[in-house]
Amino acid sequence: MAIPNVVLHVADVHKRFGGLHALADIDLQIEEGQTHAIIGPNGAGKSTLLNVCIGKLAPTSGTVVFDGQVLTGKKPYEINQLGIARVFQTPEIFADLSVLQNVMIPALAKRDGAFKLNLLRSLESQRDIRTEAEEMLEDVGMLNRRDMLAGSLSRGDKRRMELAMCLIQRPRLLLLDEPTAGMSRHDTNTTIELLKKIKSRGMTKVIIEHDMHVVFSLADKISVLAQGRIIADGTPDEVRGNPKVQEAYLGGPQQ
Amino acid sequence: MNALLTSRRDAITLAIFALVVLTMPVWLQPFGAAYPGLMQKFAIYAIFAIGFNILFGLTGYLSFGHAAFLGVGSYTAVWSFKLLTMDALPAIAFAIILSGLLAVVIGYLSLRRSGIYFSILTLAFAQMCYNLAYSVLTPITNGETSLQLNLQDPRIIDSALAPRPAGLPSASLFGHTFSGLQGFYFCAVMLLIAFFIAQKIFASPFGMMLRGIKSNQTRMNYTGFNTRPYALTAFVISGMYAGLAGALLAVTDPLAGAERMQWTASGEVVLMTILGGVGTLTGPVLGAWIIKYFENIFSAFNEQIVSRFFDFLPAGMHDVVVAVASKFVGEGWNLTLGLVFVLIVVFLPGGIMEGVRRITHMFDKSRRAPPTPARLSTQPAE
Repeated sequence: MAIPNVVLHVADVHKRFGGLHALADIDLQIEEGQTHAIIGPNGAGKSTLLNVCIGKLAPTSGTVVFDGQVLTGKKPYEINQLGIARVFQTPEIFADLSVLQNVMIPALAKRDGAFKLNLLRSLESQRDIRTEAEEMLEDVGMLNRRDMLAGSLSRGDKRRMELAMCLIQRPRLLLLDEPTAGMSRHDTNTTIELLKKIKSRGMTKVIIEHDMHVVFSLADKISVLAQGRIIADGTPDEVRGNPKVQEAYLGGPQQ
Repeated sequence: MNALLTSRRDAITLAIFALVVLTMPVWLQPFGAAYPGLMQKFAIYAIFAIGFNILFGLTGYLSFGHAAFLGVGSYTAVWSFKLLTMDALPAIAFAIILSGLLAVVIGYLSLRRSGIYFSILTLAFAQMCYNLAYSVLTPITNGETSLQLNLQDPRIIDSALAPRPAGLPSASLFGHTFSGLQGFYFCAVMLLIAFFIAQKIFASPFGMMLRGIKSNQTRMNYTGFNTRPYALTAFVISGMYAGLAGALLAVTDPLAGAERMQWTASGEVVLMTILGGVGTLTGPVLGAWIIKYFENIFSAFNEQIVSRFFDFLPAGMHDVVVAVASKFVGEGWNLTLGLVFVLIVVFLPGGIMEGVRRITHMFDKSRRAPPTPARLSTQPAE
């Protein structure tokens, strides 16, 4: 078997907020095609870690390398153009645009790059972008809502649409911050199915999640974060059996 | 709706708009507004408002300093008249270029901030331009006396082509001097071109990016867009629109004063846009027309007219009503404007266009209302 290709390498990252050591000595390697879950109790530093990866926060020390390129110091749009997309904990969407428009905008970012003065052709005449967006909505089961205002969608649908906005860019790495938080059991299962479907297309994913059902049905690898440190790392079975993890997070043997 | 339908709908809108604008001298007759001076203002301020709306309506960035570009456009045009030729086209071209350059500088600096800080920065720059025009730049702007044509102007191109006429010339187009309604028709054609370009921008991917910035700038960044050049381009385009409007003011009356750059003028275009409907194509035009019309009508009223109007009231009441009402006309017509503005913002935050939409919706309940991205958001771009 070939040596797995590391897509994202978080090397020796520290992050301090004043006196708080939010991340200490984080070393993570995300391998191509894998779904890597990061779990941990509230305040463990999961979101901080994700924000360091995406360029929202600069680490106090250490580097993040994506596909041979150092991400630290890059702007969010540059990081996206390298092929990293992100789903937020609270959906970041274009609330006063239609669902279709919400999905077309990221498709334009993928096609036209960070800035292009595209003044002469009308958007409606660009069938390719529109068709692509409609196919994407079909994929997430939202085609029938394409003309609705995104702001009027249910919480679950907003998240699903945001996922579609990321997927249409066919990113090499998808970061998901609690993709099923606030969803009903039914919506959660739909989302799991959707994420499994993407996995079969070989997209690398990092998921932060509280819901163990989601984590254990999706993850190939799990890293457990507690008080800013990685206390365990491994396959779901290894992590499940690790006594340190049970103590810090799972709160006793797994049911 | 498919591509053809949208572009056809735009074409129909443009055709109707052209008809309305070009027949102004006819349908404005009963309103007592069909004289060239006022109709020219209708066309010019509509251009100003359309351009302002490309920035404010699409990106959500509220500039409080657009009068600076209007003023620079006027000064440039008058200088073009003085130095080169009375022809309107070079004057307009220079005005657009210069106001565009100024917009690059002001926009580049102001767009480093957003929300209220952006508004304050633009206001500060505009006031700086205004004060410069009054003080150190007097050799260029002629300060308080305003920049005017005079008999000693070189007018290099005109003098080379034909003997100098006696007296002060007025603006012309290819050697033909504007007279009567021609000045208005020239402005009207400029308005139609400006409207057409705005339509194109609204329908383009670029326009969609600007809406994205207004809606959620964070998402735009994480989606891979470098939002600042987009916002700057919108700022420069709207500055150029203002420059065009300023040049046309000079074409119709070759005179440029610093008061054109004052903050009240910047505020006026904000009122026009909000009154008509932020983010809609025709709303700002309606807003501009209504404000310019009422400015003209109400400011011409005096106490006698008001007194005659309320003649039917009994004597005691008559005096009180006249005393109160006369405060709202003449010099005090701004009071009326303020009142109307408050009513619109409170009851129709989407402006007149939202009113129109509500009415058509009432008559057409069976059809679903299309998504309306053009709401006045209380929060400017983040």
